[in-house]
Amino acid sequence: MINLLWVGMIAAAILVAGATGRVELVTQSIFTSAEKAVGIALNLISIMAFWLGIMKIIEKSGFIHLVIFFLKPVAYWLFPGIPHDHTAMNAMLMNMSANLLGMGNAATPFGIKAMEELQKLNDRPDTATDNMCTFLAVNTASLTLIPTTVIAIRSATGSLNPTDIIGTTIVATFCSTAAAITADRFFRYWNNRKSRGRC
Amino acid sequence: MINLLSVWVVPFLIFSALVFAYLRGVKVFDTFVEGAKEGFDMSVRLIPFLVGMMVAIGLFRESGAMDLAEIILAPFLSVLGIPVEVLPLAIMRPVSGSSALAITTEMMNTHGPDSLLGRMAATMQGSTDTTIFVLTVYFGAVGIRKTRHALAVGLTADLVGIIAAVFICNMVFG
Repeated sequence: MINLLWVGMIAAAILVAGATGRVELVTQSIFTSAEKAVGIALNLISIMAFWLGIMKIIEKSGFIHLVIFFLKPVAYWLFPGIPHDHTAMNAMLMNMSANLLGMGNAATPFGIKAMEELQKLNDRPDTATDNMCTFLAVNTASLTLIPTTVIAIRSATGSLNPTDIIGTTIVATFCSTAAAITADRFFRYWNNRKSRGRC
Repeated sequence: MINLLSVWVVPFLIFSALVFAYLRGVKVFDTFVEGAKEGFDMSVRLIPFLVGMMVAIGLFRESGAMDLAEIILAPFLSVLGIPVEVLPLAIMRPVSGSSALAITTEMMNTHGPDSLLGRMAATMQGSTDTTIFVLTVYFGAVGIRKTRHALAVGLTADLVGIIAAVFICNMVFG
């Protein structure tokens, strides 16, 4: 996919430039774009360094447990059939809380741990369970309170108010998460009508 | 209301996280420096993705190919109110996180981070995730091959997220 899109864009651009008699623009455009790319990445260092510093503090202080406290009722509803004190539940809570705080890097290890624990509850090891699908639905919908990387890029490209997209992001991410959970619940219901009782 | 939320979330989080960590006896500054180093590495690792994507999109736009695509696709996209400029991002978002981020960056650089398109790209980037990557990593980690409805659900979430981002940004910033 990525390869096709990349080649497609460049090839189409060169063809169109050639057809409209502006081929000399191609080389010029490559140089300016590449230079800009490196410039932005260098600008990005400042704010990324700050954010990941703050994230490390949040990670070390156990601040995440405050978030877990509020997430628990939601998680119990989302993942029926998993004991509340099971390691799988705990790992999923850590993963979701880390995502919520925008700590993508910290979330992945918890997510993999959660999958390993869910796999132990699975009686068909090559097939995903309902709860695995729900867990990944929540993960791919990316419920985030603070989109740290995006804010960093906005400030690196000279935004006057880099954080002003937080509100719209929260609303949009809420929509995509709601859609993911609804779709997942639909499939869950549909499948369970056909074959009873898998969790 | 949405704007007020935007202004307060970050200062509030930094304040409460720092005070909480200090009271819990975390060496806040040392920890901060440790994390900040990762931020440096991450920015540098992004350079190849940025160069590749910014060159491709820059060419696509400046050559006039973007205008051509706009003429062809406009009737379909205008039904949903999606500007043609966000199309590469919408296609790339579920597939590759770093490439999508590079496209977002390119859009902000070209249209300005505070333009409607720049904000739309930012909202999309923040509200969706790299579905295919997440599924590959998580299912791959435990050796599951039959993923059932997970992909369909993930892509549905991405599509809804993208449409929601366009709609909300038009409403708040348009």
